Amino acid sequence: MSFVCISDFCKRFATHTVFENISCEIKQGEFITLLGPSGCGKSTLLRCIAGLTTVDHGTLTVNGEDITNQIARLRGIAMVFQSYALFPNMSVYDNVAFGLKMQKIPKAQREPRVREILEMVELESYHNRYPQQLSGGQCQRVALARSLVVRPRILLLDEPLSALDARIRKNLRDQIRRIQQELKLTTIFVTHDQEEALTLSDRILLMNDGQIVQTGTAEEIYTEPASAFVAGFIGNYNLLDRQQARQVLGLDISHQLAIRPESIYVRESGRDYGGKDLIPASGIVTGHNLLGNVIRYHLDITGVPVIVDLLNRSSERLFTRGSELDLLFNRDEIREVS
Amino acid sequence: MQTNNNAHWQLDTSSKPSGQESGAVTVELYGAWLISRAIPKATELDELLTEVGNSCDEAMIHLVPGAGFEWDTGFMSFLLQLHQRAVAFGVKLDPSRLPVQCGQLFQLATAVKPEPPSAPAARSIVSLSEIADLVKSQLHFGGEVTLAFIALLSGRARTRFADCLFFFQQTGPNAIPIITLISVLVGMILAYLGLVQLRQFGAQVYIADLVAIGMTREMGALMTAVILAGRTGAAYAAQLGTMQVNEEVDALVTLGIRPVEYLVLPRILALVAVMPLLTIYSDVLGIAGGALVAVGMDLTFTQFFHHISQTLSFHAILAGCFKSIIFGLLIAMAGCQAGMTCGRSSAAVGEATTRAVVLGIVYLVVADALLNIIYYKLGI
Repeated sequence: MSFVCISDFCKRFATHTVFENISCEIKQGEFITLLGPSGCGKSTLLRCIAGLTTVDHGTLTVNGEDITNQIARLRGIAMVFQSYALFPNMSVYDNVAFGLKMQKIPKAQREPRVREILEMVELESYHNRYPQQLSGGQCQRVALARSLVVRPRILLLDEPLSALDARIRKNLRDQIRRIQQELKLTTIFVTHDQEEALTLSDRILLMNDGQIVQTGTAEEIYTEPASAFVAGFIGNYNLLDRQQARQVLGLDISHQLAIRPESIYVRESGRDYGGKDLIPASGIVTGHNLLGNVIRYHLDITGVPVIVDLLNRSSERLFTRGSELDLLFNRDEIREVS
Repeated sequence: MQTNNNAHWQLDTSSKPSGQESGAVTVELYGAWLISRAIPKATELDELLTEVGNSCDEAMIHLVPGAGFEWDTGFMSFLLQLHQRAVAFGVKLDPSRLPVQCGQLFQLATAVKPEPPSAPAARSIVSLSEIADLVKSQLHFGGEVTLAFIALLSGRARTRFADCLFFFQQTGPNAIPIITLISVLVGMILAYLGLVQLRQFGAQVYIADLVAIGMTREMGALMTAVILAGRTGAAYAAQLGTMQVNEEVDALVTLGIRPVEYLVLPRILALVAVMPLLTIYSDVLGIAGGALVAVGMDLTFTQFFHHISQTLSFHAILAGCFKSIIFGLLIAMAGCQAGMTCGRSSAAVGEATTRAVVLGIVYLVVADALLNIIYYKLGI
C-alpha cells in the first residue's frame, strides 16, 4: 500500500482553476519530483499537501490516515521554502532548535538532536552565526536542518535551489539526495528545472496547466515522452510536424515526431552501426553552441531546423558553419507524440 | 432636400447606382456645417447607405463640397458618425474632395480602430458583500485571538514573554517623545479654546476643569491611541506582512506552531499593557500644557491645580484608562489582522500597513463614541 495517497485534488481561486482531478500515490521513502513550468499549479499542490492551503475537493491520506481536513501543524509534514524563511533574530542553532523548543522537548534531548542535524548538513561550526551572516546555500541548509530536526513523516521542498548559483545548487542537490536516502524520508520536491528533476528523483510527476501529464522514472520520462509538451519540456527534442517529418525522413505520421538531438548520428566511414534501422539525411550546419562536453549543432535539413548533439571529443572535429553533414536517424529512437 | 443656407446634403443623381453596375455615389454638401448651426443627423443617410451597401461589395460614397460649404468641428462630428454608420453598412467614405484639413482630421480620427469598451472602472463605493467579508474576517481573527488567549491562560500557549517585553519596549518607551509633544500641544489647544469662551462671562477658572476632564476622560486616551495606530499598528502590519511574504509564517505552521499564539498574542498583550500607562503620561502632560496657557493668560498655578484637585475624580482617570485598554486592543487587532492576511508581494505589505492604520483609527473612533454613550448611561 502506498504511503501517501492523493485522490481527486481540485483547487480554484475565484474563477481560476489551479489544478483539477490530481491523483497520485507515493511509496514510503520515495523521492518524488513535481516538475512543470511556472504557473502550472505545482507549488499550490505542495501547499495543499502541507495544509497551508485548503483544497476544494479530494482526499489526502498518509499511512492510511485521512488528513485532508487536518490542520497543518498536526500533519507531521515539514516544508522547506524557496525564500529559506529563517527567523532573522535567531542564530543557526536557535533556528534549528526552534521546532523542538516549541514542542517543549527538554534541553538535554534537544541538544544532541540539533548537533546531529547540523553535522548532517555540515554546518556544525556555524551554529552561532545569524542568517544574515550566511550565504544563500548555507541558509537553505539551515532551513533543511530546521525541517528535518522535528523528524517529519514527509518532507516537502518548494523550489529550494532556485535562488542559488549553479555550483552551490549542484552541491546542495547532492546533499539533499544523500540525506533523504540516509533518513529514508518520503520527499516531495517541486522544481521547474528538468536537470534537478532528472538527477534527484525516484519518480517524476510532470505537470502542465493544472494536470499531471506524465508520471514515471527519470529514464522513462526522458526517453519515452508521452506528448509534444513533455518532449519539449524535459529534453531539447526536435519536434517535427507531419510535413517536416515527410520532408526530412520520408515518414508518414499522424501527429508529431520527437527526436532526441543526441540520438542522431553523423555518418563516419568505417563505423559499425550494429544493424540499426537507420534513415539517412543530409543537413547544412547553420551554427553551434558549446555546452561543455557536448557541442550542439543547429542544422538545416531541406529547410527544416534540426539540432544535433555531438560529444566534444576534440577541437579538430568541429564542423564549421556551412559544412554539409551526412546524418543517420535511428528509427528506434524516433517517437511519435500527440 | 433642403434649399436654404443651412447645412444640407444632396445626392448627385447622375451617379446613383443602377442595379449592380456601380457601387459609387456622390453626395454634395451645401451650406454652413458649423457647430453653432443646425446640422443634419448622420442617420438621415441610412436609407442611402442601405441602398448603396446592397448594390455592391465595395460600395463607396464620395463626399463633395457644394455651394457655400463651410465646416468646423460640428461637421467633423457628423462625418465621424457617418463613417461609423457607413462601416456598419459595409460602405466606404471618400473625403478626398473635401478641404485638405478636413480630410486630414478624418484620417487622424479613423486611423485607430475604436477599442471595445473596457471593463467598468473600479467601484469607489464599498459593496455590502465587501463589508460582510470584512466583518467575517475580523470575527474569525477575533475568535482565533480569543482561543489563543484562553490557551495562554491555561498555560498551553507557545507565547514567549520575552517577545512581550520586546514589543512593550518598542511600543511604550520608544513612543514617549512624540506622545510628549502631542499631549502638551493638545492640552494647550484645549486651554486656549476654553479660555476664549469662558472669559466672556468671567469663568476663566473653570479652564482647569475643562483641561483636566477633557484630557483624562477623552483626549489623553484618544490622542495616544491615534499616535499608536499610526506608529505601532502600522509597524505590526508591516512586520507580520513581511513575515508572510518571506514565508516565515508558513514555516512556523509547518513546525507545529500557531502563528496567532506565537506572533499575534505578544503584540496585543504589549499594546494593551502599554496603552493605560501612556495614557496617564499623556493626561499629566496635557494638563501641564493647559496649565502653561492658563498661567500665561489669567490664572496662577495655585488656582489652576487647586481647582483640579477639587474637580478631577479618580473615576475620570479610570474611565480614560479603560478606554485606552479597549483602544489598544482594537489597534493591535487591526494591525495584526492586516499583517496576517497580507498577500505574498512587497506591494501587499504597503496595502496591509495602510489598512491597519485606516481600520485602527475607524475602530477607535467608533469605540470611543460607543464608550461615551455607555459612560453617560451609567452615569460615570
